[in-house]
Amino acid sequence: MSERAAKVTQADEEAQDDDQITDSAAPDAAQEADAGSETTPAPVTSGAEAVVRALENAGVEHAFGVQGGAIMPVYDALYDSEIYHVTMAHEQGAAHAADAYGIVSGKPGICLATSGPGATNLVTGLADADMDSDPMVALTGQVPTELVGNDAFQETDTTGVTTPVTKDNTFSSDSDTVGSDVSEAFALAGEGRPGPTLVDLPKDITNGETDHEPDAPSVPETYEVQERADEEIVAAAAERIENSNRPAMLLGGGVIKGEASEACREFAIEHEIPVITTMPGIGAFPEDHELSLEMAGMHGTGYANMAITHCDTLIGIGTRFDDRLTGGIETFAPDAELIHVDIDPAEISKNIHADYPLIGDAATVVEQLAEAVDESPEATKWRAQCQQWKSDYSMAYDAPEDEPLQPEFVVEALDEATDDDTIVTTGVGQHQMWACQYWTYTEPRTWVSSHGLGTMGYGLPAAIGARIAADDDQDVVCFDGDGSFLMTLQGLSVAVRENLDITVAVLNNEYIGMVRQWQDAFFEGRHSASDYHWMPEFDKLAEAFGAAGFRIDDYDEVADTIEEALSYDGPSVIDVHIDPEANVFPMVPSGGDNGQFALTEDQL
Amino acid sequence: MKRGLEGPPPEDRPTPAGRRNKQGIRIDPEVEATHEPRRTVISALVAHEPGVLSDVSGLFSRRQFNIESLTVGPTKDEDRARITVVVEEPDPGIDQIKKQLRKLVPVISVRELEPDAMQRELALIKVDADDPAQVSAVADMYDATTVDSSPETATFEITGARQKIEAAIDTFGQFGIREISRTGTTALARGTEETAAAVNATESTATEANHDETYQTANDD
Repeated sequence: MSERAAKVTQADEEAQDDDQITDSAAPDAAQEADAGSETTPAPVTSGAEAVVRALENAGVEHAFGVQGGAIMPVYDALYDSEIYHVTMAHEQGAAHAADAYGIVSGKPGICLATSGPGATNLVTGLADADMDSDPMVALTGQVPTELVGNDAFQETDTTGVTTPVTKDNTFSSDSDTVGSDVSEAFALAGEGRPGPTLVDLPKDITNGETDHEPDAPSVPETYEVQERADEEIVAAAAERIENSNRPAMLLGGGVIKGEASEACREFAIEHEIPVITTMPGIGAFPEDHELSLEMAGMHGTGYANMAITHCDTLIGIGTRFDDRLTGGIETFAPDAELIHVDIDPAEISKNIHADYPLIGDAATVVEQLAEAVDESPEATKWRAQCQQWKSDYSMAYDAPEDEPLQPEFVVEALDEATDDDTIVTTGVGQHQMWACQYWTYTEPRTWVSSHGLGTMGYGLPAAIGARIAADDDQDVVCFDGDGSFLMTLQGLSVAVRENLDITVAVLNNEYIGMVRQWQDAFFEGRHSASDYHWMPEFDKLAEAFGAAGFRIDDYDEVADTIEEALSYDGPSVIDVHIDPEANVFPMVPSGGDNGQFALTEDQL
Repeated sequence: MKRGLEGPPPEDRPTPAGRRNKQGIRIDPEVEATHEPRRTVISALVAHEPGVLSDVSGLFSRRQFNIESLTVGPTKDEDRARITVVVEEPDPGIDQIKKQLRKLVPVISVRELEPDAMQRELALIKVDADDPAQVSAVADMYDATTVDSSPETATFEITGARQKIEAAIDTFGQFGIREISRTGTTALARGTEETAAAVNATESTATEANHDETYQTANDD
């Protein structure tokens, strides 16, 4: 008998002795013990319990994942935990759900998977979170340490595979420190520039005995984040802003992640500076405000692209100047001196040379700038020009009733029917662009999409994660395309089981629409593999899963069906049959000049 | 039916006169000159833990940085290792290398060494020893140490700057070289200067970002 087991037996015997002596008082004692266990949890006895304790200490309430052999010890420890585990239908969904949970809540989302195929199924979700700097922690099972490197059953070199797509990852090698590894991964995911982290958990390490409580979440000493920007450069940038005649602010996803929306709004409104957002920056500034020019880039508005091309000072905050935003580097904001605010020094001058590099936390640096700028720039003419562009290149569309249903109409109808704080998630493709362009976003953390990686199939699992993170009275609407929805629609089973109130609008054109649009524009209309005339009927498929299914073919069905779907308490899917030929405009061809966006097919 | 949006077509829109170069720098005569690749030595102090070398080398390969040599070894602090990388990149690329390296969690500090830093490499050179007297004369010329000899071969150890080793290899070439093994450059800053001490992030990035420094190509001494 091991020493440990011997101790347990001895303790049991003592307990029995106690029972014999104070028999009548036993129920009270048991109650006291229960009450006590709520305030001071029982000491950890295994690596897996330390892992779960680390999550509990970090305030984790929800986790998304799929069971499997190598992760079983962790799930066993979760069985007794208050953490609510949402079992997903596929690990990719778990990663996207955790990602969306992180975006909506601002705290790292947690996903779990077993070794081998479980871990590799997370990779797309990790890469997605990495590109968009979303806070997320992945915990993967691993084969026992003694089998690692032997091509054991369900073994993959998970840290090797995920290194390029995570902010940091760790292979846990000691039951005594495994809990602290998880705490550190949690802290790293959220600190500084957020991102996904991963801890690989060999089964012998999680099964192993330990009484080590995990450390509180904290980042390693080598990880330094600078909060405040250099005062001298702030002063120089402020002077540049004061003296500019054509200023523009460009708000990226970092503004939302850094909780800097409020500071940016105040700054822009006080100094009357027109505001452009990137796609991840949607929601950082209210799109119904006069100063808003909405989104710039490949499918940005004409007015945002005109403004970004013609400004003389560009204040880029929390943006990494992705090629979908900049188009060709040579023609990007060619007259502008760039003031670049970013928490990650490596983003400075990576793609666009920064004349005023301001490294620091977005909210802090914008406040520094606000203090340093005394006079508003004289830009009356410029603002009038921006308003002129707004009317010249307005985002209006034709919707004649006798022609096929236009997707823009559906997006606007859903926007009308829901509150301002409604969360929109999307897949990737044409529908995603219409959802950007024709929905009016006013609040941060209400736009949840796959930006940098462009992951088709992101919409539904993201809606699941967003639903769980959102307030109960917030609506969650998912726009998906037929091709995109088909990639992860097994997640409907999860939405039904959890009875998640989500409305999915599938903008169905029976094409991989964005590819079809490009084929029409650049490949002489040869629709190689983009024709999806074999799509299932999504309303019936939804019903087969146990969700509510609806179908829209015409304008006169839109309002009523949307109302019905929104009022259904649980997941509902609207199969919206839109004009199969509808395309997304404006469009800057990749590598093109933002100012030369095409408004029609023949301008491409 | 109409496809697309209303508005002035591209040819009717004003276009700004300016331009940027491929590196995103606004073009003005002084900075327009394209940045030619230059050879430089970057030293990184890292946590001595498993996987750190693969983190660093993986970063180089996936970001397509051209790496010439990479050496790694322990330091006086057993928890720290030093990685010395020789790269050949244009200035903006070198800046990116430094910043991206610094981002890796196990990396403690990163520094580009001055051109006058001490740079050394070690090579083992195995040559045919048909003419032992001449071989040994050449070896003496380069301060090479004999580490092995057989009736047919002689193997020498040479340490020094890259140029010296290359010159030695060239000269030994006349006897017939059988095999060579080289370590790649390792380097330290001169005098009291610390090779890769933590620097203030704003200062370094601000100057690097602005390309204000006049860069010099690293020379081996």
